[in-house]
Amino acid sequence: MTTTPHSHSPAADDRAAHSLAHVMPVPVLIGVFLALVLLTVVTVVATFFPTGSFEIWISLGIATVKASLVAVYFMHLRYDTPLNALIFVFGLIFVALFLGLTMMDTHQYQPDLMINQPNGVD
Amino acid sequence: MHQTANSDAGYAGGEADPHGHDSHGHDPHLAHHFETSQQQFAAGKLGMWLFLVTEVLFFGGLFVAYAVYRSNHPEVFVDAHKYLDKVLGGFNTIVLLLSSLTMAWGVRCAQLGQRRGLVWCLTLTLACASLFLGVKAVEYTHKWDLGLYWGQAFVPQAADMPHGDHEHGPWLWYLCLPAVLATAGYGLKAAVHQARGHTQAAAVAFCLTLTALAFFAGVGAGKAIPALTGQFLAVEQDTAAHAAAHRPLDLSSRPPAEQLVIRDPEAASGISLLAIFFSIYYLMTGVHVVHILAGMGVIAWLLGRAMRGEFSGQYFSPVDFTGLYWHLVDLIWIYLFPLLYLIH
Repeated sequence: MTTTPHSHSPAADDRAAHSLAHVMPVPVLIGVFLALVLLTVVTVVATFFPTGSFEIWISLGIATVKASLVAVYFMHLRYDTPLNALIFVFGLIFVALFLGLTMMDTHQYQPDLMINQPNGVD
Repeated sequence: MHQTANSDAGYAGGEADPHGHDSHGHDPHLAHHFETSQQQFAAGKLGMWLFLVTEVLFFGGLFVAYAVYRSNHPEVFVDAHKYLDKVLGGFNTIVLLLSSLTMAWGVRCAQLGQRRGLVWCLTLTLACASLFLGVKAVEYTHKWDLGLYWGQAFVPQAADMPHGDHEHGPWLWYLCLPAVLATAGYGLKAAVHQARGHTQAAAVAFCLTLTALAFFAGVGAGKAIPALTGQFLAVEQDTAAHAAAHRPLDLSSRPPAEQLVIRDPEAASGISLLAIFFSIYYLMTGVHVVHILAGMGVIAWLLGRAMRGEFSGQYFSPVDFTGLYWHLVDLIWIYLFPLLYLIH
């Protein structure tokens, strides 16, 4: 092995070039973490204000921004081979299909089910 | 291979030092069916992502159960939010995000061959996970004290009980027992290894003792944060709202006249609806906790290997792949938190 890593060598960037994958800089890691904490605080504080039926979409939107930050930076997807991101996105598409079709189905039949129950509830 | 100056050859009863391959031009970590380390790493990572997709689909089923139930019974979810403390949940979210930061930082340390940094990052990750479990233990046992179990076992306590007056069962003590045993066991192990001069093994045991102790910090936070928020947000969580949270039989979305005599069939069905909410809550958070525990086991294994200086820029895939898993578990919590705690 030509590059023997040594904890305190000034050539950290040089060694990074020899690593098998992209090395995430510390400021990026801390910046992403602070953004995640900020978004968590925002999503909790937002629930103290009445936002009506938008509430779930606001909180799910914030959650999706947070999830993207984790996936793109902490999970290195931005610097990774596109194949891995593609596989992950395909997984999410299949969850969306699963969710969407099940919701269509339950909305189609649930009113009938509710009426047929004694006392109007199941 | 890289061996830092301060690592101990005496670890584990003088095992043969495996790091002697530098001059041979042969990477001991490269399996013979791969051309290069690069190819081996890419193949491993691809496998890890495929596994993560199966995890996403697995949790996807639980999210579908949640979505179907919530869209058919929105009023139950509006009721249910009173039983979950969103400030405590937010605190736990930040703890988990912090563990993700230390894990990602640990991957960086492994890539740069920083042995001490990696050991610290893995220890902090474990400690955060343990703290998360401590808070979760308080949350779960508080509900169990109120009779808020899952499915058929759901027997909410009788109404009109002022906050603080409900019974404190032994559940929290039971859940603390594993942490007590782990603290004592690893503390003892650290002392014994230290006495025998196995400093690396002693250091690993010491890190695991810290991890076990973090559980009690979590229990403390779980007890203190609701008390503090009760003081600072006095207007928000004053007696009425808080008493409502401790009156499980009260379905406030219904007119007062219909409120609850338990033999009223509609009320009984309201209770069984809430029971299904709690079944979903326990299933989703419980499966998540199982993933945390599994991840902690793997990270503890990494900790031992990191202490022996086994990772470098050319070989860090176990740390990297465990990190991917850990971030996914965090990612699932990022969705569980608003869906369960932030309902209005």
